[in-house]
Amino acid sequence: MLTKRIIPCLDVNRGRVVKGIKFINLVDEGDPIEMASFYEKEEADELVFLDITASWEKRNIIIDLVEKTAEKVFIPFTVGGGVKNLEDIYYLLRAGADKVSINTAAVLNPFLIREASLKFGSSTIVVAIDAVKVDSDWEVVINGGRTGTKLQVVDWAKEVERLGAGEILLTSMDKDGTKDGYDIELTKTVSEKVNIPVIASGGAGEPEHLYEVLVNGKADAALAASIFHRREYSIPRVKEFLRQRGVEVRLAKEKAKGEKNRG
Amino acid sequence: MIVIIDYGMGNLKSVENAFTKVGYKTMITDDPNQIKKASALVLPGVGAFRDAIKSLRVKKIDEELIAAIEKGKPFLGICLGMQLLFSFSEEGGLFKGLDIIPGRVRRFPSLVKCPHLGWNKIKFTYNFNSNTNPFFQDIPDESYFYFVHSYYCEPNNREVICSTTDYDLTFPSSIWKENLFGVQFHPEKSSTLGLKILKNFGDLSKC
Repeated sequence: MLTKRIIPCLDVNRGRVVKGIKFINLVDEGDPIEMASFYEKEEADELVFLDITASWEKRNIIIDLVEKTAEKVFIPFTVGGGVKNLEDIYYLLRAGADKVSINTAAVLNPFLIREASLKFGSSTIVVAIDAVKVDSDWEVVINGGRTGTKLQVVDWAKEVERLGAGEILLTSMDKDGTKDGYDIELTKTVSEKVNIPVIASGGAGEPEHLYEVLVNGKADAALAASIFHRREYSIPRVKEFLRQRGVEVRLAKEKAKGEKNRG
Repeated sequence: MIVIIDYGMGNLKSVENAFTKVGYKTMITDDPNQIKKASALVLPGVGAFRDAIKSLRVKKIDEELIAAIEKGKPFLGICLGMQLLFSFSEEGGLFKGLDIIPGRVRRFPSLVKCPHLGWNKIKFTYNFNSNTNPFFQDIPDESYFYFVHSYYCEPNNREVICSTTDYDLTFPSSIWKENLFGVQFHPEKSSTLGLKILKNFGDLSKC
């Protein structure tokens, strides 16, 4: 059976992993390539790099990082953050990214999704959707959550699938950074309406949250950042927790036994 | 030298990086002369079947590939590169492949999410002994590998199947016929065990 994926997300600023609350108070958390290699050993299923660099040399810095990562890390990784056009996507894929995620640019120019998926293949194009709850529905927001769009999340999700997106990275802006669990309703609603994989993001604080979003939220993958970076929970520990509750995950047999013996 | 065939489809760099990691030099090329001189060949690929087979024919690589396989050179097809070995694909119509492995390439039924994307288990077929097969040396049964595809291969002769994988239906995830290997998953993106398979293949190129 296809396993559920666990994906650590690395926010990168000027080539370093950082963590901040809502893009301010950035704290250096480490070297991206070292962290990526560490997560590969820990059996992360994929990685996401979100580039938040805001400067004119942005492209050169991220391309350099992607090239070095591709030489050292042998699990798939997605790169996103400020991707604007076909040229940006081309350079990131050529440097070794397996997938590129587009967010604001896709909303401003939905045709970019079609062009990119035809040119590079659907499986390389992830559309990131940032959602905010408004009354009993969810609205798509862009520019890091600062700008509303009046687009309903479910409509937009169906539209990006139709345009050729290979996957959806769905972030609840209400839950992001709270550590009190993913938005299960949002994830379930979107996942049931599309026929492409959905990665849930925003709100992971403990293993139970990942279980809820993968099972009740019907997500195909769960993305998390600080619970892994701060070593609050290791990936093998989260996977063992999920496996014990009947969720199929990729976990080396020996490691699973080792964890059990220790605990 | 291991030659990675460049026909304008997909991420060849990651295949090269993985071979480098396990100590093998590779050359990425579309030059038929280099293909002639290669000690082993890798046909990777992400993208549409029709564009891929067209590109192989336009570059006149198709005949070189068939000749190299007949000569007994180790050959590895990855994902679309495996599908291209078959007689036909149903992707976007009905298109002729290289027809080295009789059979066809079919789409997953619409009930499951497509593509089949992520880590899944390979199960060796009952008559396949991975210990005696140099390509699968030291790969435990039921190991996980990374997949991304919407179509799967269906060989006429089921004896070429080394392993199967379950995704709604059970499909062949690797094939083997003498010097020819095909994997539906991506060893270059499957961490330690994927690298091990590429090393095994590299070792064959030295024989």
